[in-house]
Order: sequence, then C-alpha cells, then structure tokens
Amino acid sequence: MTTALSHEEILRYSRHLLIPEVGLEGQRKLKEASVLVIGTGGLGSPVSLYLAAAGVGRIGLVDYDVVDSSNLQRQVIHGMSGLGTLKVESARNRMLDLNPNIQVDMYNVPFTSANAFEIARDYDLLIDGTDNFPTRYLVNDVCVLLGKTNVYGSIFRFDGQVSVFDAQRGPCYRCLFPEPPPPGLVPSCAEGGVLGVLPGTVGTLQATEALKLILGIGTPLIGRLLLYDALDQTFDFVNLKKNPNCKVCGPNPTITELIDYEVFCGVPGHDHEEGSAGSLWDIDALQLAERLRQNPRPRLLDVREPHELEISQIAGADLIPLGQLAGRLSELDSAEELVVFCKGGTRSARALELLVSAGFRKVKNLKGGINAWAKEIDPELPIY
Amino acid sequence: MATIRLPTPLRPYASGQTEIEVTGGTVSEALESLFSSHPALRPHLYTQDNQLRPFVNLFLGEDNVNDLEGLETPLQISDRLMLLPSIAGGIEERLPDRSAK
Repeated sequence: MTTALSHEEILRYSRHLLIPEVGLEGQRKLKEASVLVIGTGGLGSPVSLYLAAAGVGRIGLVDYDVVDSSNLQRQVIHGMSGLGTLKVESARNRMLDLNPNIQVDMYNVPFTSANAFEIARDYDLLIDGTDNFPTRYLVNDVCVLLGKTNVYGSIFRFDGQVSVFDAQRGPCYRCLFPEPPPPGLVPSCAEGGVLGVLPGTVGTLQATEALKLILGIGTPLIGRLLLYDALDQTFDFVNLKKNPNCKVCGPNPTITELIDYEVFCGVPGHDHEEGSAGSLWDIDALQLAERLRQNPRPRLLDVREPHELEISQIAGADLIPLGQLAGRLSELDSAEELVVFCKGGTRSARALELLVSAGFRKVKNLKGGINAWAKEIDPELPIY
Repeated sequence: MATIRLPTPLRPYASGQTEIEVTGGTVSEALESLFSSHPALRPHLYTQDNQLRPFVNLFLGEDNVNDLEGLETPLQISDRLMLLPSIAGGIEERLPDRSAK
C-alpha cells in the first residue's frame, strides 16, 4: 500500500519534493519510517525537532526526566513553559506544533535491560542521545541483538563523535570500545560540562544520518567515525573495522542477551532510591551544619575544579580537585575527621572511595554536594 | 617530528595543549616520548603492563593502530597520531542525575 500525502503535506515538504534524491517517493519513505530517540536532552532535542520537521511518520521518545532550567542552555526542544513537566511530553508538544502529521510515542521510563527490547522492537532505527556509558552499551547491544541500526552521537565539552553502528554491515560500538573507562579514571567522570551548541551540531549530524538511512541515499557513516572539535572547528574521520573479538557482534559472541549495564560499567545509569549503598558514609547538609558548630570541627575538603570556586564556596574548605587527590593524600590526616564535597555528590563519592581505599575511615560525603548546602543552609549561594 | 593530537578530555594533563610533538620510530616510542614530557597522561592511556587501555583508541592517520601493527607500528616523521577517547556525554553529576540527556 502506498502512503498518501495530503495537499497540506505536499506543500509542507515541497523543498524535499524538489530534490530528486528525496522526491515524493522519499517523502513517503519518511512518512512510513519509525525512529526511536533515546534521550530527549541535548542530542535528542535537535534530532527530534529535525526528524519531526522532515516528516518521519512515527518517532518514539525515551526519557524519564523533567525539564529543568539548567537544561535550557542546550536542550532547545524545551522551553520555559515546560519547566517541571515531563521531557517526553514537553518534546512531544513542540514536535506536534512543528508538524501535526506525525505520531510521537512517549516512553516516560528509564531505558533498561528489562524494557529495551519491548520498546525498541517496533522501530526501524535507534538514535543514541544518551549521556552515560551504561545506556550507550545497552543501546548498542539492543541494536546488535535485534539487527537494528544505531545512529551514535556523543559529546564532551568541545568534542563530538558521530557514527552509524550497524553490525550487519560494519562494526558496532563495542568493536571500538570493548569496555567503558573505569569510573573516576577518565576526566569525563571527574569533570563535566558541554558547550551548549555542541549537541546541536552533533545531533543534527545524527538526524542527517537517520534521514539518509531511511531514504537510502548517500554514504552512511558505517565503518567511519566523525570527530568534531568545536574549538579548532575541525572535522576528522577515522576508519572503524569490525573487531573479530567483539563480545556481541563477533563470530563467537559471549553476550547473547542483555546484561546488567550498571554493573558492567561500574556506574549507575539511572537514579536509585535514596538511602541505598553508600548511605553509611553520607552526611547531609543539616547534619554537617550541626557538626561544624561542635569542636573539633571536621575538615572540609572540596574536590571540585578551581574555576568552580567562583560560583560557590563553603567557608574554610580546602580545595583538592578529584584528579589530584591520589597524588596529594599526604596533605591529609587520616586521624582527622574529613567531609568531602563537590557540586552534587558524585565526584566526592569517588573521592570517598579513593580515601577509604587509602585507609581513611573518618570520612564522610556531603550528600547532594554544595548545591544541597546552598539549598538547605546557605541561600546566599547559587545552585548550579 | 611526528605529532600526537589530544582530545579535550586529555588536554588538562598536558598543560592544555592540543598537539604535541613526539620522537620515536614506532607508536610505543612516540607514546613514551609523550609520557616523558607529560607523565600525567600515562595512567589515562596505558595499563600497568604498558598496553593501551581497552577504552583508548589511537589512530595513525585514519587507521586504528590496532588494525596496523599495534604499538609496534612504524612511524614516519610527518605522521600524525590521534587519540580517541571514550566519551559518554557532558553531564558530570551522575548519581543525582538522569539516564538520558
């Protein structure tokens, strides 16, 4: 059966219909296509907007976050009117405003081993717009095991990567990265941030690849990885080959079903209930304020980066950035009570692990970091 | 001299430099030359037994050195090596944050 385009659609897509590589036939392919976008954030924003505008008939959105003002620096599908609402709903509203001829399916859940097959099965291709290693390996394995194509994009600060992983026609993500970096070793865990426009560039490149794949035109980035450096404004390409030892797409795979990706990566991909592992070592802002009124006061150790001190500080804290901590343990006294903190509690949790493994026992992690301190104790401080 | 291009995440360990000139006739010698001038890079790239970490990819031109002769791949003076990091996204605060950005 041929999908029909209404007069309104023909007018709407006229700039596509004028291109011989698209034309009416291509536009019908787009309308018949279905794409699952994992993540409705920095990458998912441009991806979803452009796929909707291009007339991809059915677009699935997976995200369980709500829109926060700190998202708006880069997540341009959302706006002030959507603050506090579900990301998938906020995105869907914007997409249908842009193009009411499409269907947008919402999955307001974390993408996990338990639901990934069920969600992904009915889509032609997947777009990886996630921000963490567990979900990236999950998206890859789902695609390999279901025989689907994974349009990959990843960002960090000023760097972007784009590729198309299709294990039937080339390498997969695991061929390139058999294992994730251990938590805390690579700077991407210890530091963060991203230039807001960077996911715009990378996400539109992903959307371009998705449209090419649906239309069957051009040369997809299969077996090639694009590296974008926004600071130098350079694009480099490298060749990717199938790894014969790949555990999921190689000739002798050991991964034949979805695994526990948080265990595999050693980091959580999703929120966990309060009071789970690590609570023994936690101190909350109210408890810390109380402790600081007693003698001897615990020593405060700030493991953020120096430029973050300009944003907020807790008086009397010493700064040792997480990346330097291992080499500066001699500056600390394991007999002294120590409270480590960072922005939100993640880097300080790594610092705590490091300190405990170095023999420190009287050490606590400020739960929620300096942002929790700003919220609970010192409203003069900004939250960032 | 051959050069090694560093991605953003590794530049803090090399005084912010983007490209570093190295000496050596093979990839491993070039890396040793890199580590002698910037020792902080070693643990990010090498395992304790001096192998490239499994999440680090090193490209000579457009080819992964693993697809050539690995660390023993010969280098020409004009060659450019490029380090490719494993990056997941720009969000740092993992625990209180969300899965999909």
